[in-house]
Amino acid sequence: MRFIFKTSYEQDIRLAKHGGHVFWYAVLVLFLLAAPWLLPEYWLAQLTFVLIYGIVGLGLMLLAGYTGQFSIGHAAFLGVGAYAQGVLTNLGVPFPLAMACAALLAAVVGVVVGLPALRVKGIYLGIATLAFGFIVEEGFARWESVTGGNSGMSLRSPAIFDWRITSGEGFYFICLVTAVLSTLAILNLLRSSTGRAFVAIRDSEISAQSMGVNLARYKTLSFALSAALAGLGGALYAHKLQFISPDQFGILQSIDLLLLVVIGGLGSVHGAFLGAIFLIAMPQVISMVKDYLPDSIGQAPGLQAVVYGAVLIGFVLFEPLGLYGRWLKIRTWFQLFPFYRKGMFKRQKSFQKSDRLK
Amino acid sequence: MQFLQLVISGIAQGCIYGLIALGFVLIYKATETVSFAQGELMMLGAFCGLAAMSMLGFPFWLAVLSAIAAMAVFGVVLERLVIRPILGQPAFSIVMLTIGIGYVARGLVTMIPGIGTETHALEVPYRNVTWNLGSLVLSAEQMVVIAVTAVLCAALFAMFRYSKLGIAMQASSQNQLAAYYMGIPVKRLNGLVWGLAAAVAAVAGLLLAPITFVYANMGFIGLKAFPAAVVGGFGSLPGAIVGGLIIGIVESLSGFYLPEGFKDIAAYIVVLIMLMVRPNGLFGEKLRKKV
Repeated sequence: MRFIFKTSYEQDIRLAKHGGHVFWYAVLVLFLLAAPWLLPEYWLAQLTFVLIYGIVGLGLMLLAGYTGQFSIGHAAFLGVGAYAQGVLTNLGVPFPLAMACAALLAAVVGVVVGLPALRVKGIYLGIATLAFGFIVEEGFARWESVTGGNSGMSLRSPAIFDWRITSGEGFYFICLVTAVLSTLAILNLLRSSTGRAFVAIRDSEISAQSMGVNLARYKTLSFALSAALAGLGGALYAHKLQFISPDQFGILQSIDLLLLVVIGGLGSVHGAFLGAIFLIAMPQVISMVKDYLPDSIGQAPGLQAVVYGAVLIGFVLFEPLGLYGRWLKIRTWFQLFPFYRKGMFKRQKSFQKSDRLK
Repeated sequence: MQFLQLVISGIAQGCIYGLIALGFVLIYKATETVSFAQGELMMLGAFCGLAAMSMLGFPFWLAVLSAIAAMAVFGVVLERLVIRPILGQPAFSIVMLTIGIGYVARGLVTMIPGIGTETHALEVPYRNVTWNLGSLVLSAEQMVVIAVTAVLCAALFAMFRYSKLGIAMQASSQNQLAAYYMGIPVKRLNGLVWGLAAAVAAVAGLLLAPITFVYANMGFIGLKAFPAAVVGGFGSLPGAIVGGLIIGIVESLSGFYLPEGFKDIAAYIVVLIMLMVRPNGLFGEKLRKKV
């Protein structure tokens, strides 16, 4: 039995709420540090992808899960980061500097998108970002002198002057450090007044505004931070694949990213990484199960789309809080045993909140 | 002359966008949810028509009618099974849900062995017929698209204006609670609206089929219908058609007069400009939120 008795605000905003947190996160960090020696090369590469998608997912989570602004063109920011990194590293810029530039450039693009987005909300915002995503993708394909057009662009391995990181383990540590730092940054942001303002905007723009939250400023900030994280992830993504082409940053990638945050659990930092694990693990699971299915199902080309769609429908219908919500429920069940009640996480059903009030 | 030719092909393409956008708007007006699966419904409609003709051996007209009827039933069932349980949740849940439906529909069609991965031509009686009008060449496929769209719009207008069902739909889209108090079964009506939207999508699919062939990914054209709906104002039925026509014409002209690459993104540039200048669209009502 654990009783948490808070006596000060410092205690309330502390990142590790109790000893259990400290212990388990320490175990996780130790595992991640030791992973290159514990896991075979293939799984380490998958883990690297999880970290990269986790970083991008964090960005979209901040925007969609915490500020309530949905972007259906987030792959564009990923692409901006990836191409910026590609161009800069091929020019010989040290990779940490290139990554910072990639993130910064993505953030600037994010502000540019965020500004018109201030005038529109809800589905209009979704369509504005969708349109923006298409335009950026076409831009990558047409700006051949810089991006190499549809034939794509190869990247050198990350390097600081003469010190070149070519091994998978070395790159894994770059991703790990970036992921840990951005997670801590997001956690820190969310417990500050800025983070509270984001959440207030998500829950009700009108009440946020009447509490003195500057909607325009915070929405733009959220767009910029989210795009910066996506750009950072994009930079790592480009290095990981060593080859980028415009079709990697199209609408399907954007939808995959949305899938990531929705299945991970909107409004939770854990959700970004759980969703990333889902997104990376799912094709593996499908290819493993494939062999046990009859050929007409197992070898059919559309299987992956069907499974993704079905899982998405299942989560929206039965577990709107995502994987993290499921974990919370299981944890609460054990913590409260035998007092768990069925309706504890039930969301209040709101009746048709109309946008069309006059 | 060339200009006119481009405008006509733009109008034909715009009619398709308009019809798909009509589906969005119908659903949006009735239930305030946005369906991302409209393009896939269109694809399913085209495949239904194809199956009715090639497998069941139906004559063309019967195949068209049965495909439309089948899609209408499918729309109603879809609403009942997956949309209704989550009504009242945040709008974005439904967007994700319909994206999921789209994925499943596309995947399932691709999985049909021997059919899903191929492109098919729908054998329409007016295939490859052209008329020459002066130096203008009019293809029957495009003219049929324009004519059917006009007839369908007139029919929809009459339905919303004069039939009991249409008036009930208007009432429920204006104020669901009040409509419910007046004895209108709002939930059943929502189901019928989904059926209607699916039927309109099926018509769009059947009209598009002779122009672009039938294949599993043809639903992606639905993504171009969003700009059409926004340009017209998301809540307006005539706006959807007008928006579709604008997008179609702009696309067709920019494909010819602007450098390569602009054709594909013309629709999105138009919608971004529209959102900046007039966020409510051409025919959208100006709305404010009251506390």
